[in-house]
Formats: sequence, C-alpha cells, structure tokens
Amino acid sequence: MSDTNEPDEILPDAPLALPLDAWHRARGARMVPFAGYLMPIQYEGIMAEHLWTRDSAGLFDVSHMGQLILSGDGVDAALEVLVPGDIAGLAEGRQRYSLLLADDGGILDDLMIARAPMGLYLVVNGAMKWDDIAHLREHLPDDINISHLEDRALIALQGPKAVDALKRIVPGVDMLSFMEAGSFFWGLEPLWISRSGYTGEDGFEISLPAEHVADFCDRLCAEPEVKPIGLGARDSLRLEAGLPLYGHDLDETTNPVEADLGFALSKRRRAEGGFPGSEVILNAHAQGAVRRRVGLSVAGRMPVREGAEIFSGAEKVGVVTSGGFAPSANAPIAMGYVSAAQAAPGTALEAEVRGKRVAVTVTQLPFIPHRYHRKGAAQ
Amino acid sequence: MTRYFTAEHEWIDVDGSTATVGITDYAQSQLGDIVFVETPASGARVTKGGDAAVVESVKAASDVYAPVSGTVSEGNDALADDPALVNSDPEGEGWFFKLTLDDPSELDGLMDDAAYKAFIAGL
Repeated sequence: MSDTNEPDEILPDAPLALPLDAWHRARGARMVPFAGYLMPIQYEGIMAEHLWTRDSAGLFDVSHMGQLILSGDGVDAALEVLVPGDIAGLAEGRQRYSLLLADDGGILDDLMIARAPMGLYLVVNGAMKWDDIAHLREHLPDDINISHLEDRALIALQGPKAVDALKRIVPGVDMLSFMEAGSFFWGLEPLWISRSGYTGEDGFEISLPAEHVADFCDRLCAEPEVKPIGLGARDSLRLEAGLPLYGHDLDETTNPVEADLGFALSKRRRAEGGFPGSEVILNAHAQGAVRRRVGLSVAGRMPVREGAEIFSGAEKVGVVTSGGFAPSANAPIAMGYVSAAQAAPGTALEAEVRGKRVAVTVTQLPFIPHRYHRKGAAQ
Repeated sequence: MTRYFTAEHEWIDVDGSTATVGITDYAQSQLGDIVFVETPASGARVTKGGDAAVVESVKAASDVYAPVSGTVSEGNDALADDPALVNSDPEGEGWFFKLTLDDPSELDGLMDDAAYKAFIAGL
C-alpha cells in the first residue's frame, strides 16, 4: 500500500515548527509537512472533525499564512496597482478578498486585505508568502513600509457556535459582521479579529502574539463547543463551500473571470482599469471566459480527485482541480475547469479515474450553503 | 492458517493454496476515514508487488499491492456499501480479496506477526 497522492506542498528544506507545534502533538495530532511547516492533518479523524465544525465550532491553526502590514503615504493607491480591489474605498474595520495579479492577468496569490489602525493588514497563503513579499517589495514604492508579522500566530474559529464560544472569552466580537475586523484584548494581549474564514461557516480569524497562542487555544478549547480541527477537514470544508485553493484551483495560468472570482473586481476598478492584466481580465469579464471554474457532483461513491480529466463524449473539455469525499454532502464532490459551453449547471459530463469513466454533473457552487453572519441579514 | 505481512502494510492469511488479503490496522489508522475501496474482480490476475486494489480516504487514494502472485477468486463486495469496515475491522470483515496462490514460495520473504510489529514500531 502506498500513497499515490503525496502532498505537493512539501518543500526541499526541512519543514519548520509553528508556535502551536507542541500544542497539536499533545492533543494527538498527526503532523505532516505543508507549505514548508509541520502542520496537523487530523486529530480524531477528518470526517468527525469536519462534521463537528459544521455543527459546532472548530479551531484551526493557520499560523503558516503570511501576515503583513503595509503602511505609508499613498499605500492605497500603491496597492491598487497590484490588485483589482477597491482599496481606497475600504473603510477602517472592513476586510476584502482580493488577488495579486500578474501582468497577463494570471493569479499570483489570493489574499485578504483589511483596514487596520496601523495600515493595511494582509493575510496571504503560507506556500506563497515569500514570493508575495518579494513581489510587493519589488513593485511597491520604497516609501511604503512592508512589515511581516512573524511574531504573531493566526488561528481560525469556524462554525455556527464559534460566536457563542468566542464572545465569552473576548466580549464584543459578536458585534462584528461578516468581513468586518477590529482590535480586541484578551487580558493585556492585543488581538486583531475578523469575522471571516474559509469553511463557508460563520466564524472568526484571530491574530495574536505567538507567545500567547497556546494559552489562548487552551482557553478556547475549554469551551464545550470547541475542538481543534486539522488541515484535512479544512480542505473538505472549503471544497464543500466552493472556495478555491491557491496552487490547486487557482494559479498563474488562471484569470479571475474564469475562476469565477468576478466579485473581486471592484466596480470602480472595473470602470477605471489600471491593475495588472486589466485589459485581458476586463475583456473576459465583458465577453465571458473561454473556460469556467465549476462544481461537479459525482455519481456513485468513488472520489474524483485533482488531475482527473473531464470529457463530453470523446472530447476532453476540462480538468478537475480539487476533489474528494464531502462529509456533509456524504458523497464525492469536485471542482474544476470546463469549457464555457459545458459550464451550465446540470450539464452531464464524465471524469476519467484510473482509466474508467465516472458520470459527473456540473453543479452550482457552493455544494453546502454559506452561513456567514452578514450585516443587516435576518438573524 | 498462517498470517504474513508486507512492508507495504498488507496482510495475507494463507490456507493451503488459497489466501485472503487486506490492509493492516496500522495502515487504516494512517489512512484515516476510508470512503471508497476498489477490489479486483474474480478471475483477475495479480502479480506480487503489483497493483491489486485501491483504497481511498477522505484525503487521498492509495494503491494496495498483491503480497503474492495469483488469481483472484473473490473481492469483498461488502466494502462497496460499507468501506468503513476497513477502519472498524481491518484484519477481519474489512478484507479486500481472496486469491489462489501461484507459488507458495513467494511467501518466504514476508514478515510474521512479531516481525511486522517490530517493523511498525520502528516507523
């Protein structure tokens, strides 16, 4: 027996330990190399952890991700040269999903940008953070300061009961709505908390000093709603939520329109252009993309995974970029790119797995409805 | 009946010229929740060390190799409806397939229970 799907995030250098390394091991986590770090893939099991998060609250260590503060006069305009979001219009305490774009419109990384008191707070993918920092240093003016917050950990608390647990420890967090962020305190320790995440559930992402993260996680896990959750369930949760994963569903060869990330192209920026690849991207936005990222429901029980080719009859029409078993859907699901002509929900296609064809149906994303705590929405 | 183990974490119970093959408790614990198993059809030929079955957890697909060469007499149909049998009873009800051995001497290089226990203790 052997793995045929080795994690491809393994870097040649020995993986590094994150601030919660010993904390994870003490809770029975199995640690694997991911994005250059040793991270917990699971504790009690991916299925149970996934379902616990959908039902209650799961605690995720995402300290491998890069936390940056950009500051200096003209920082908004400077960053707008590299991303398609409306940064100038981002009010303090608001957060926005955006993309670092290449000159040809390809996606260098996806990221979160929030307006913090000290400047723009960015969270970028762990596997991409060194490339991203180099890209920002190269392309931002010298008077823009880039501060990499390497002494801070980042955790996510996700699930319908996340707010109940967190507000007992950090009063006031329940006042945040989806994609809002603010400064809070735990005792004397400053926290930066946003109401966001990557599971499709309500929840929070919490940035705090690395030296206090183990104590804070102990405190969170003392709440009956909270259990630690590994990377395995993080992946199945985001797949059900239809959220793309950089390096799999997005890369330098995908543009935002075909990736179904048109919402990241802010209205003012669409009108004005002036971001990398804007001509290509705005043309695709107006004309429609040649291929589209879609969800795929899979017939039967056999998972269809990344790399599986997608066919309409004899014609190859696409490829799967993420796939696996969906615990909440209790079925295999996948996402991938298919040609625009095949991208309508309900289109019957086939995927090839180990030389065999399996029926798949193009499906509206997400597979499991998002349950974000949106401002003004009925509670 | 004698049970042997491979370094790839398959077990094989041998009874004369017939045998039953599965994956070990250690293997299922490493894989985690099993969601799909593809077993070989009756009559299929398998070669020692070659692909014989596929086991899929939530996160990955893994090949299961034939511990010896032979002809498959039966795949475990119960795994189609309940792949989690591999987690709950890997070395019993969660067996993968039965086969008729080509050459019993192929068993000579496999581990016995004590040797396998020592092997996984060193992993």
